[in-house]
Parts: sequence; structure tokens; C-alpha cells
Amino acid sequence: MSTAILGKDLVGLEPLSGDQIRAILDTAEPFKEVSERQIKKVPALRGKTIVNLFYEASTRTRISFEFAEKRLSADTVNVQAAGSSISKGETLVDTARNLEAMRIDMVVIRHGASGAAQFLGARIQSNVINAGDGKHEHPTQGLLDLLTLRDHFTNLAGLKVCIVGDVLHSRVARSNIWGLTKLGAQVAVCGPATLLPRDIAELGVTVFRHVAEAIQWADALNVLRLQLERMTAGFIPSLREYNRVFGVTNERLARAPKDILIMHPGPMNRGVEIDSDVADGPHSVILPQVTNGVAVRMAVLYLLAGGSPDWAAGGGDTA
Amino acid sequence: MPPTTRLLDAPAMGRVLARMASELVEQTAGGGAVVLVGIQRRGVQLADRLAPLIEPQLQLPLWRGTLDITLYRDDLSAIGQRPVVHETRLPSDLNGTTVVIVDDVLFTGRTVRAALDEIADFGRPRRILLAVLVDRGGRELPIAADVTGLSVTTTAGDQVSVSVKELDGEDAVDLSRGGRPPGASA
Repeated sequence: MSTAILGKDLVGLEPLSGDQIRAILDTAEPFKEVSERQIKKVPALRGKTIVNLFYEASTRTRISFEFAEKRLSADTVNVQAAGSSISKGETLVDTARNLEAMRIDMVVIRHGASGAAQFLGARIQSNVINAGDGKHEHPTQGLLDLLTLRDHFTNLAGLKVCIVGDVLHSRVARSNIWGLTKLGAQVAVCGPATLLPRDIAELGVTVFRHVAEAIQWADALNVLRLQLERMTAGFIPSLREYNRVFGVTNERLARAPKDILIMHPGPMNRGVEIDSDVADGPHSVILPQVTNGVAVRMAVLYLLAGGSPDWAAGGGDTA
Repeated sequence: MPPTTRLLDAPAMGRVLARMASELVEQTAGGGAVVLVGIQRRGVQLADRLAPLIEPQLQLPLWRGTLDITLYRDDLSAIGQRPVVHETRLPSDLNGTTVVIVDDVLFTGRTVRAALDEIADFGRPRRILLAVLVDRGGRELPIAADVTGLSVTTTAGDQVSVSVKELDGEDAVDLSRGGRPPGASA
């Protein structure tokens, strides 16, 4: 009876079962409506204190979490690496323990190191939500992508979704692959060989080497941002060349056998991985993704606030 | 196992709802538009039954709404499992209306307290009324129904369950006496 839908932390979609993911998406549905009210606030998390601990730059994710927290009436504090004692060399655990000593309830963490959220979750009592850790996972982005797909296709089983671009550096890609496969969708990736993980096929995904092939196959494209800040090692010859082979353009989409839903986690490099007329076109759901992000994060916060701490360790398919 | 008494069968429930409908027409007369708000879950179906009974007699516009009070509960952190949240749908502007909250069972009053809080976030109705199918006593807050289908005296261990065709396959109200001291004469 007292088993919660989620455990103590949300580290990624990999440890969750399909039923748990569906439960989060179902919970997100009624939260969509809260953001449409004149008074966009419900008292569900009144009295909870949440720290948004961001070691990496973020606009969309941090603000989306903050809106989600505030619309549930939680009290929030934002900590950014620059200007805090993190820049004086304090370790992650020390920072978190100090925050915990001030009696907080949850930490939302973004960190450059893969595994940071799990590491932290194992060491503090508070609930930990991963808002992106290195190249590992970005579970709430994966969930909002799933919710957006479900809005359009109702059932994800058998749906063909291709993730296009820099899969190697992308935690969004990994969370999407886990989430989509657990809900029965078919997943493909498309990108230059230098930007695909070597053993990607082992995750059960199809690999396309040209975006034109992906467009022939897919029901939806999730176009990833080319992470220019991580591109110092010569992964691609030039942005123009990348755009010529992997850019999603209207000319290419016109040759598709059906209308393809276009998603992008943002921020976009217009004219590189996606052309402006596609991003702003009739099949783009890039802004609805952002709207869904708030609802999904509200659902995660709400569900975690009722989690039982001893449950998380069990992982996977318990309920 | 605990004996179960059927308090209302389907025809009796129909008669009770008809009487509640005419009382609601009387009590809402002369006000603004009437908004019939069912509380998730079984209050929604009861509001669905009341609406067609009220509408022909009402000289005013009748609007509909549903309310899920889960996010307004005051015991959220005390319960282990997060309850499922259902749809909330209210007219965007409640100012000046007469809101009728419809619920199946009135017990502690905490659900109604939460509903009042939630409605206040949607606007300022001219009046709010409470209509319940069963009032089982046991209030923990100063709340009373304006229209009651059936009053029954119960103890804390008793269970009053309202079934509706749409969700449960039949219309009925049942009372199971719990393990508490027997008696508490009805």
C-alpha cells in the first residue's frame, strides 16, 4: 500500500520500468491544466524547500524547474556554481551536506560529470532530481519528449522516432532512447560516425548515416543541438558540411512519405542542425515541448515528495 | 465479515436525487448563473445526474465543472502514496456565480474545506452551496451541507460507499459497520 510510484531520487529513465514512466506521464496530464489557470498555483508542496543546484549553465531547464516548484507552492533557492563557495573549491558532497543542514527537502542538480546525481542521491537524505549529468541522462527532458509524442500519437508502441545529430555528447539522446524503448517505440539515431557512440546499436536502435534515410523511415524526429562548446576535437569538418548532410530542411521533409513531427530540446542552432522554416513550421512542436516540461517536472516533484526512501535501492520493475 | 446494509438502491437513489434537484432550484433562485461542480470522483457522476433534473426548472444559465482537490489536501505529506490526480475543469470566471459543490459523502469536512480553497483560486462566487448524497456525521471542521440526500449516523470505523453506474456498474449506497463498538444507535 505504501509503495510509491517513484523512489527517493530520479536519476535517469534507465532504472525505471515502463509502468513507472507511464505513471509519471499520466500524473503530468492534470498538471498541464494548473498552468492554464489564472492563479497558477496549487498548495501541494507547501512548506517544502527545494534547492536548484546548477553547476552548468541552463536557462530553460532551470526556469522550468523553478516554475514547476513555485506552481506547487514549494520554496526554492537557486545556487549557481559561479559566485558560490563551489568556486572556492568546495566539493559537491560538502555543498549538499551544508544545504541539507539548513533542512531542505529536495535537490535538483545539473552537473558536468556523468553520475553526479546518483552519487549525490546516495549520500544525502533529500530527494535528488537529475537535471542533466554530463553525457549520462536528462530524465525530465526525456519525459517531456515522451509526453509531447503521446499528445500527438496517443500510443507510443511501434512509433518510429529518430534522434538526429550529436548523440555522442547528448544526455537527452540517452534518456530518450531508454524512455522510448521502454514504452515500445522503435528508435533510430542519425549522425556522423564521429558523433555516435561506438556501440550504440547495442541499445537496440537503428543507425542511419544520412538524414534523408531517417526522414523516409520516421514518424517523428528529435533534432539535437550540435554542442558547439564541446566540439573542440574536430568531430565534424565544418558547420556548413554538417548542415548539408544532417541538417533538417523543408526540402528534405517534402520528400517524406508522411508529415513528420519535429522536436528539438533547445537551444537551437538555426541553420545548422535545423532550418528556421522547419523549426517555425506547422509540424514543429518545439514550444509545446517547453510547455510540457513544466507539467512533467511538476509531476516528478509531486511523486517524489511522496516517495519512500528505502524503495529506490530496489530499482527497476517493482511497481 | 462486517455486515453491510443497503441504504439506497437504484430507484431510491433516483428519488433522492430528484428531491435534491428541486431543493437546489429553490435555493439558487434569484442569483447569478449556477455552476454545478462535481468533486472527483463520484461527485462528478452525481452532478451529471443532477444537471438534467435542475436545468429545465432553472431560470438561469447552468454551467458545469469538475474539481480534483488532491493538490489542496492538508494531509498530503502524511500519506505514503501519492493519490492519482484527476481532471479539474472550471469556468474561467466564477465571479458573481452561485457555485454548487456536489459530493457523494460528507464526513470530516476536509474535502469540502479543500474544495473551498481551490474554488477561491478561480474567482469569487457570489455564493457557494454544498449538496451531498449522504451526510454521515463525524465532522472535524465547521462545515454543513445545504442540501442533503440522506443522513445516517455512523462511527469512525464504519464505511459508507456510494456506487454509481458509470464507475461501479450499479447505483447504490451501502453502509458497512466497522470493528468499533457496536451500536451507536442510528
